[in-house]
Amino acid sequence: MGFLEKLIAGLKRTKEAFSKKMYQLFTGRELDDEFYEDLENTLISSDLGVEATEQILEEFKDECYKRKIKKPEDAKQLLKNIMIDAINYDIQEYSYPLVILVAGVNGVGKTTAVGKLAKYFVNKGKSVVVAAADTFRAAASEQLEVWAERAKVRIIKHEEGSDPAAVVFDAIKSVKAKGTDVLLIDTAGRLQNKKNLMNELGKINKVVGREFPECDYRTYIVIDATTGQNALSQVEAFDEIIDMDGIILNKLDGTAKGGVVFAISVEKELPVCFIGVGEGIDDLLEFDAKFFIEELF
Amino acid sequence: MGAFSGLSEKLNHIFSKLKNKGKLTELEVKQAMREVRIALLEADVNLTVVKEFINNVSQKAVGDDILKGLNPTQQVIKVVNEELIRIMGGTHSKINIADKPPTIILMCGLQGSGKTTMCGKLAVMLRKQGKNPLLVACDIYRPAAIKQLQVVGKNANVPVFEKGQINPQKIVKEALKEAEHNGNDVLIVDTAGRLHIDEELMDEIKGLKKSFNPSEILLVVDAMTGQDAVNVASKFNEVMDVTGVVLTKLDGDTRGGAALSIRAVTGKPIKFCGVGEKLSDIEIFYPDRMASRILGMGDVLTLIEKAQAAFSEEEALEMQKKMKNNSFTLEDYLVQMDKMKNMGDMSQMLSMIPGLAGKLNGKNMEVDETKIAKSKAIIQSMTPKERQNPDIIKSSQKKRIAAGSGTTVQDINSLLKQFSQTQEMMQKMTKRGGMRGMRFPF
Repeated sequence: MGFLEKLIAGLKRTKEAFSKKMYQLFTGRELDDEFYEDLENTLISSDLGVEATEQILEEFKDECYKRKIKKPEDAKQLLKNIMIDAINYDIQEYSYPLVILVAGVNGVGKTTAVGKLAKYFVNKGKSVVVAAADTFRAAASEQLEVWAERAKVRIIKHEEGSDPAAVVFDAIKSVKAKGTDVLLIDTAGRLQNKKNLMNELGKINKVVGREFPECDYRTYIVIDATTGQNALSQVEAFDEIIDMDGIILNKLDGTAKGGVVFAISVEKELPVCFIGVGEGIDDLLEFDAKFFIEELF
Repeated sequence: MGAFSGLSEKLNHIFSKLKNKGKLTELEVKQAMREVRIALLEADVNLTVVKEFINNVSQKAVGDDILKGLNPTQQVIKVVNEELIRIMGGTHSKINIADKPPTIILMCGLQGSGKTTMCGKLAVMLRKQGKNPLLVACDIYRPAAIKQLQVVGKNANVPVFEKGQINPQKIVKEALKEAEHNGNDVLIVDTAGRLHIDEELMDEIKGLKKSFNPSEILLVVDAMTGQDAVNVASKFNEVMDVTGVVLTKLDGDTRGGAALSIRAVTGKPIKFCGVGEKLSDIEIFYPDRMASRILGMGDVLTLIEKAQAAFSEEEALEMQKKMKNNSFTLEDYLVQMDKMKNMGDMSQMLSMIPGLAGKLNGKNMEVDETKIAKSKAIIQSMTPKERQNPDIIKSSQKKRIAAGSGTTVQDINSLLKQFSQTQEMMQKMTKRGGMRGMRFPF
């Protein structure tokens, strides 16, 4: 399957739920109060959150008025454009050596995302090492080991319960010695309100900054597309500790719409960099706002 | 900071604006309800549920007897409370035990909802109730899932049955034999995470239901799920006819919209919730207590139960006697610290105290567990004599203790000061005669 087919297949269910609503909304309707209320309900039901919904709605109303838009079809295009603008960011190209730290709350699919990222960089012809810095969850490093085998990359791991910062320290040493292009760091899931665990993440972050200042360092937070407005608080808390660079939006192959990325974009200005659309090793795709929206409608 | 705190805070704010008003107008109630609507939506409560909720509350709250009656704000809050309890299912529901053992509990849910961990927690809980559970590993897809269940089983001190990555039907069949052989009366079957729309995998789990007729089919749902939570729950319920729902990760600062929506939409009760990383961090879901927490009115009942689970009655009496005789030593202090830790997350417990939830923000409430560990290390570095009578600890002893515990003399001073304050406080409390049952010295 090529890239486009995969994306389309992955988003198919997301698309079904959302686009059906959008279709009903924009078909043969007048742009009256009832229409706006239905639109508001659709956006809120898609996890956009109250604030992002209101902002998008306001802009949409303004533009409709200014441009004297009457036809539903034109209005739909306008809404698409507004939504694309809300989540479209320029993402800086990677330079190598590259270190990517993958963080997030429990169960969002961090380990899986690291496995897929490894394959992504291998496909680009880069050498990759993964570091199993989730030393907390039972069998986490074994899980990463399976992914490392699938992607045919090296793994650095310690025993369960050991210091994750030490794993990262060793991984950096190894990467430097062998001149590896990419180091991917898998971290333990932590709920954003657990202060000690969050501080531990800060420590891992410091190790990278101190031991490998010359690398291109990116920090990604993995968000489960089914998450609601709690994703905002996740981003906020992780950003406070390690200054996040982007989002990996996972599990978009369900019926969830990942609408919370709009809330995050409007309120926190953090771009989505990758999306996860399945459980296969190639089911991680670069995010393209325009394509994403076009596919949703 | 526990679940619902964000929602709690918002609702408190909304109602505090109404407070001190002798009378309420219909408009004021309407305005408040509009704000409640936004608060609920921001807490990820399902849109349909929110609409129904607001409708019901508005209808009940604008009657003459409420608006013109005594203390109308309290009356409105009462209506909200009742409605919250109603949508969460009224009373709590127990786990179904089969008439003829073994009882089979089948766990299902999306990927990453926390099924494997919840299996361990259920096992620990059932063991405490005198059952002899067996964990059955049927997640044959996710890498290392079986290993994870084995580790969980080891920590829970509960046997795990696995057959590698073969057909789950066969695994359960053999597990039943094993259970009969070893006298396990409950089988907890961990399954792979699956999307509710993945027909092939849904068929697989449907097959398990058909072949083994479990007494309990529990759907595990991540409390942080957004508006999609009800779609997932409805679909699982449609296929599996689940017997109940387990909410996990309720210890995050989720506003718990899923808790409020799922029962209303599926009609299936929430039975348990996971509230922490430890295997003992599981609670029975009581709709009335949850409503109380959401409205910032605390949850004293759960707090007392947690204390009772951590301290036996004899221990409590013993402690009380010591407090009375002023013979409470650093040794006892150490024991108490351990017990408190067993009760669970400190900040969560604080949020159960009436009047505290929704009023403290997360930063104030964070209890530093490393500080407790430090105190423990200090006391453990003392000689038994010193623990009995801290007055004999002079500066040379302090230096020794500091070296032994990896702390500083200042740390030791502050611990000793804290301890003497605790002793004083206990004296006062016992003299006032207010001591009954458990009290916590810190």
